[in-house]
Amino acid sequence: MIQSLERVIEQHPFFKGLEKAHIQFIVGCAKNVRFAEGEVIFREGDPANEFYFVREGLVAVELMVPHRGFTTVQTVGAGDVLGWSWLLPPYQWRFGARTLEATRALAFDAACLRAKCESDHHLGYELFKRLSSVITERLEATRLQLMDLYGVGA
Amino acid sequence: MASGLEQPGIAAAADPMVPRPLRIERMRQDTHDTFTMDFAPESEFSFAPGQFNMLYVFGVGEVPISISSDAARKSEFQHTIRVVGAATSALKQMKKGDAVGIRGPFGSSWPVAEAEGHDCLILAGGIGLAPLRPVIYTVLAHRQKYRRVVILYGTRTPEDILYAPELKDWRGKFDLDVHVTVDRGGRDWRGNVGVVTSLISRAAFDPSNAVAMLCGPEVMMRFSLLELQKRGLTAQRMYLSMERNMKCAIGLCGHCQYGPTFVCKDGPVFRLDRIASIFGKAEV
Amino acid sequence: MSGSPAQVPLQVNDHLVVDVSDFDELFQALANRGYEIVGPTVRDGAIVYDRVTCTNDLPCGWTDEQAGGSYRLKRRADAALFGYAVGPHSWKKFLHPPVERLWEAKREASTFRILPDAPAPPKRAFLGVRACELQAIAVQDKVFLKGPYVEPGYQARRDNVFIVAVNCGQAGGTCFCVSMNAGPKATFGYDLSLTEVLSDGAHHFVVHVGSLLGAEVLSEVRHRTAGGADTRAADEIVAETARHMGRHMDTAGIKELLYRNYEHPRWENVAERCLTCANCTMVCPTCFCTTVEDVTDLGGEHAERWRKWDSCFTMDFSYIHGGTVRATTKSRYRQWMTHKLATWIDQFGSSGCVGCGRCITWCPVAIDITEEVRAIRESEPASSPADGRDGNDPIA
Repeated sequence: MIQSLERVIEQHPFFKGLEKAHIQFIVGCAKNVRFAEGEVIFREGDPANEFYFVREGLVAVELMVPHRGFTTVQTVGAGDVLGWSWLLPPYQWRFGARTLEATRALAFDAACLRAKCESDHHLGYELFKRLSSVITERLEATRLQLMDLYGVGA
Repeated sequence: MASGLEQPGIAAAADPMVPRPLRIERMRQDTHDTFTMDFAPESEFSFAPGQFNMLYVFGVGEVPISISSDAARKSEFQHTIRVVGAATSALKQMKKGDAVGIRGPFGSSWPVAEAEGHDCLILAGGIGLAPLRPVIYTVLAHRQKYRRVVILYGTRTPEDILYAPELKDWRGKFDLDVHVTVDRGGRDWRGNVGVVTSLISRAAFDPSNAVAMLCGPEVMMRFSLLELQKRGLTAQRMYLSMERNMKCAIGLCGHCQYGPTFVCKDGPVFRLDRIASIFGKAEV
Repeated sequence: MSGSPAQVPLQVNDHLVVDVSDFDELFQALANRGYEIVGPTVRDGAIVYDRVTCTNDLPCGWTDEQAGGSYRLKRRADAALFGYAVGPHSWKKFLHPPVERLWEAKREASTFRILPDAPAPPKRAFLGVRACELQAIAVQDKVFLKGPYVEPGYQARRDNVFIVAVNCGQAGGTCFCVSMNAGPKATFGYDLSLTEVLSDGAHHFVVHVGSLLGAEVLSEVRHRTAGGADTRAADEIVAETARHMGRHMDTAGIKELLYRNYEHPRWENVAERCLTCANCTMVCPTCFCTTVEDVTDLGGEHAERWRKWDSCFTMDFSYIHGGTVRATTKSRYRQWMTHKLATWIDQFGSSGCVGCGRCITWCPVAIDITEEVRAIRESEPASSPADGRDGNDPIA
């Protein structure tokens, strides 16, 4: 059964608790997308026009380091948000994203969503609350990663 | 020729500060700084998952090391050891046939019986997988007694993954969920990258009917417990293995004190509610 | 000369009087039974515990003046044998020796053979054990004899000991045994207890028989039966001592008080003064922490395991690979005091402190455990919950 986009948004953990009216408001910015294994979703430096809610699969968030090649800093999977560079100017990706497995996601048009947030501040607040939570979790996790907990002396 | 050398007339329990020399049956390198030592004593050796022995190197010193083998096997036991100091370096230099002084087993054990009938969440970080491996063996040997079983394992890099062949084997089972993550991926790694805590929100278990067992660096356990709490696990359903300086392992030297507990005899495995008021408090 | 040796065999609970001029007979009776007698003697400006063979070895006519960070011997106006409080030594020096070899081992091809040292302690008589010290011995008994593992050396030494207790005739400057319910009257754990009485030219001891062995020994010492006046005089001496304690500690709810004040600012305050010199742990009669040292000779053929006193104040006491859990002075002082007064209760069923005051006297900067408790009690944050948590739990 092919689910309506509204259903898909409702079911994604990120949107849990969002009012039906708000969901209906943003559904126009959304679409389903699929990526094959090994596909580049976006490159570092590209304009951040879209961002993603991963429904299934595994995506590597990576950085190109001269002489070292692409280094994965983190992987994101089902239920995770991919990317927030679209939130603030200059709206440019600071990292690349490449799939490690076949991946399905909900893609949102960044400009469309930014406009909707400007026109409805309640919606904007709800989305920013959720995004802050994602970003702080990611920050905490990154700090833990940085601590090299498993090194000798941990 | 018997591989265990008993001191004539000295039973292990007569003086708990006297080690029993046992010959190493086998030495195996696991990762660049971790190795596994096998022992096959003449007399039966019984332990419960989570317990540890004190390993003595002649003239060098003694260290507490968890027993990492299958508790159902009474005629052999294993220790997986990471090189962190003088005694563990000395242990690494030993070969098959050399004798190591053994005292033990000591300490409390994982709630293998209490977890029956529940979802079982096993969360390990780094060398922390070694003290949990006996639980995995026990659970697999009595699989029908447990509901969902999830193993979450995080370590530094793919080269640091402990027991990789076994993990792959476990991952292949239909009734076991195994997820591995590394802090740093490297060029050929196509699996998860990120701290092990990030695997918790997605792990498939029922928080109202699950028992979690954690072992790893204290910081990792602290953040993992927070994530588990977010998922709805209570302090009575979370168990962790603590580590402190040990000299005697029998509760008499005072070194391993952790609040009102002695890690050597009240631990190393603790149910969280017992230590919740001090866990995470700086320098306690 | 107060009387001739009694004909009627002595019983437990008898009260007798022994004149000071006959005190050497006690030494004799103990020596005849093969006891090595250890008791107080003056050395290096202090009253310490060492081998004593006769009354003259005792600190006759000496007393100690104790205050925070201060200990001085002073001459008394009389010739009391036990006219002092406690010195830097405690009986743990003999029951739980500072240094002890546990075993030696010899290399044999690729293995080794261990030869445990069999504890063969001498038969000892402790002369001059204060009530607080009896309590301290009982506290250490719980640690070494009542846990899942018994310390065989302590057991052997403890089983053989003959104890002559002394009821304190004066309170020390830093004493607070009354607060800890540990004195000044000795009420258990002794073979004989003595109360020294000096008045109107008389100098004798009112003796209480605490055991059959005590009765046997005392029967060889010239004595007379104590009358009501004698026992009343002895009781009054002890009651007077109880009224003059140098310190006081309010122990009501002390365990919960310390459990909910792990982050009290007072710990920072004491850390500014504490030198982590570990004197307190060395002189404390209940501190029992030890370390294990494995040594070998240069050739590597012969190894030994030694056990030595250790202190939670040292930097590496709580060291685990790569770091020390309690790195700051604050955390180490907090550990010692919280253990002594609070977690000890959960571990062993009673306080670890007996109110002897040694830690106050021998601290070079005069940190006073009774003052530290008072400071925390009196300045507890008003909003502090009384349920054992300070509201800052990362895991609630």
